[in-house]
Order: sequence, then C-alpha cells, then structure tokens
Amino acid sequence: MVISGAREVAETVTDPELPMLTLAELGVLREVEVGQGGRVVVSITPTYTGCPAMDTMRDDLDARLREAGYSEVEIRVVLTPAWSTDWITPSGRRKLAEAGIAPPGPAPRRASGPVPLTLVPPAQLVRCPLCGSPDTVLQSEFSATACKALRRCRSCAEPFEHVKEI
Amino acid sequence: MFDNAYEALTEEGDARWAFGTGFADPLSGVDTTVPSGVDGAELAAYCLMLGDDALIMSHRLQEWCTRAPELEDEVAIANIGLDLLGQARLLLARAGKADGTDRGEDEFAFLRTEQAFRNVRLVEVGNADFAFSMARLLVFATWRLALLQRLVDSVDPVLAAIAAKGVKEVAYHRDYAARWVVRLGDGTELSHQRMQNGLTAVWPYVGELFTGHPVESRIGVDPAELRAEFDAVLAQVLTAATLQLPETPALATVLGRSGRDGVHTEEMGYLLAELQSVARAHPDATW
Ligand SMILES: [Zn+2]
Repeated sequence: MVISGAREVAETVTDPELPMLTLAELGVLREVEVGQGGRVVVSITPTYTGCPAMDTMRDDLDARLREAGYSEVEIRVVLTPAWSTDWITPSGRRKLAEAGIAPPGPAPRRASGPVPLTLVPPAQLVRCPLCGSPDTVLQSEFSATACKALRRCRSCAEPFEHVKEI
Repeated sequence: MFDNAYEALTEEGDARWAFGTGFADPLSGVDTTVPSGVDGAELAAYCLMLGDDALIMSHRLQEWCTRAPELEDEVAIANIGLDLLGQARLLLARAGKADGTDRGEDEFAFLRTEQAFRNVRLVEVGNADFAFSMARLLVFATWRLALLQRLVDSVDPVLAAIAAKGVKEVAYHRDYAARWVVRLGDGTELSHQRMQNGLTAVWPYVGELFTGHPVESRIGVDPAELRAEFDAVLAQVLTAATLQLPETPALATVLGRSGRDGVHTEEMGYLLAELQSVARAHPDATW
C-alpha cells in the first residue's frame, strides 16, 4: 500500500458544517506530525468553544488517516492561540463565496482593557455573494452555525450568510 | 444514503452529533498539569463555579428554543446557549483534571446533587418573560465578559485559554442582549414598562455576583474588582434604553451562604430534575 504523506491526507478532510472547505482551509487543522513508527499526531483547534462538530472532525481525521495506512493516530485539541477567521486561507475564502457564503473581513484587533459595547452594529461593507451588490444589511449576528451572521441583499433581496469576524 | 441527518454527518462514526453523553474529552491532548504553586482542589472548585454558571445559564437559554419571539432570535439564543455549553464542558473537564479525580463532564453535569452546584443564583431562576431573560443575559454577559477578560492572564494556562476564547464569544452575547434591552426600553410604552419590570426583577440577583467566594480571589479574579466596569456598561445601556437603575434590594443569603456555597433557590431543584432526568434514569448509558 502506498502511504501518502500524513499531512496531505489530513488536508483532504472537510468541515462537517462547511463541507466545501477542508479543515486546513478553515484554519482548524494546526499541525500534523509523524513520529517514530509512523504514529501520527494531529492538532486541531475549535472554531467556537461549543462547536458540536469537533467530535465529527476528530472521527473523520482518524478514519481518513487509517484508510491511508496509518494505524496509530492521535487527535489533539489545542486551545491557544484561539481560532481566528484570519486563518481561513485565500482558497477557503474563494470557496465560501462560490457557495453563497460571504467570507469574513479582517478580525477585530482589540486593544487591551475592557471590550467596548457596540449598541449599534458597525456599518460593514459585505458584498452579496449572489449578485455582488455592496448594498447589504445585517439581519442577525447569529445564524445556522455559531460562526456565521445572517445578512440580506437589498439589490437582489436574497438572504445570505456571512462568516463573522472573530 | 443515510437514514437520518446525524448518520450523514458522522458517516461511519456513531450516529450522535450535537446532543447526548459520552463525547470525547473536550480537553483531549491538552496539557492539564496543575501549575506549581496552585492548589488543584481550589482550581477545580473555581472551574466548577465558572462552569456551573455557564451550564445553568445555557439551560435557561435553551428553554427559549421554539418559544422565541422571532426566528432570528430563536437562532441567536440557541447559539449563545451553545457557546456557554461549550465553555461549561471545558471548565467541568478542567475541574476533573485539576482535582485529580479524573471525573468527566457528564459526571459533573448529570450526577451531582443540587448542593454540589456552585453557580450564582442569577442563572437558575426561571425565564419569566423575554424582557426578564434579556435583562438577565445583559447582566450575566457584562459580568462574565469582565471576568473572562481578566482571566486571560490566569496562572493556569488551560483556564487562560478557555477565557481567551470565551471573551470573543461573550462580547457578542452582551451586544445581543444590550440591543434588545435598548429596543424594548426605548420602544413603546408597554415594551418600556415590561423591560423596566424585567430589569427590576433581575436586580436582586446582582449583588451576589460581586461578593463571591474566598476561592475566587485566591485562585482567579476577585469579583469585587468587576463592579466598576459592570456599572459603567449598565449605565451606558440603561441611558440608551431610557430605563431606571433598579433599587430592588439584594436577595437574602442563608447565614451568609448563597449559590457559590451550594445554597440555591427553589427553582434550581426543578431545573436539575429536568437536566438530569435521562442520565439518572439510565445510569452510565450513552445516548
Ligand atoms: Zn444580491
């Protein structure tokens, strides 16, 4: 059996909630190490603390690596540094847009000290992934998954999801 | 083809996804050594306090599922509850590693008695109405955000990491609640009155947030330090909402003991009965 590189194999695993993206493109796959005797240690970081897909990601990585001939696989969770949407790769952003999900802008850079309250959502230029119009409005900062906000396009009137910056 | 959506998501894994027990340890692979100079039992006690706050608050938020005023809010509240459940899982798992018992999240959540829960009483009382729930979420998120932000520098790297992630999440929760408080407070005569009533009903539970337990100042953050930031944020929201700061007196303690000591309100028993019923009816089952 030909054993492909463990990293290459791990990089083919997709996200269960955003299946058009690999875990590598999402920035969730942090490290793949092959140790003595072909033992593979994969480090992943959760997008959100409560992300229910973590178990599925773990199972999928484990299964894919075993299929590829790695018999000893360990999946580790890393909590620091916390995941940021800035880690979504350029190809990940392109695939999100192609799937009708607006990719995130740059994550907010917070100064130290108290986090400021935002009573009015800051105006943000998010282009409609369906028609390209910049005339879109925020409907809700929470959507079908923790990582997305819901917006609506005023040009084509369609609702769409936007990966919110964290 | 799959018989149900969960099987499709997990493929050859087991057919559970966002529910159930017996999940993989959320701290699997994380170095959970207790730092030198830190008392593991105290660290565990502290993690239970913060974990129980998140778990019980999450439970009350989940009760809005299928009952929220608008679909968008249904989704928002469920997401906030899920974030807090995630924080609770990590904190309870951290407690089990820190005290050396290796107890898992399920054991803490499902098999402790009421007196062993260390959450503040604010999170356990029933939802009453939407205004009460938004007032409570505003109070809770404002307090917790101030707390987590200070815990980012905790001597325990696991707690510091949980806090750093939590700050990003709870900042969204606070904005969400604050916007609803303003919308209702600065709305119609009726919505204003109901929002004021909700805030007034929440207020007796506020004092306890800042008195705390000696363990908190020894191992984490002295909650008294959070009061100034809390007051400033509340003032900003209430001004925009045209609401009055309530003067309702703080809920009495029992000989100085309250939620952090395992002394809870009557409603806590009913909440736990629901939260724990399946786990207690089928001990050690995985579903
Ligand atoms: Zn459009």
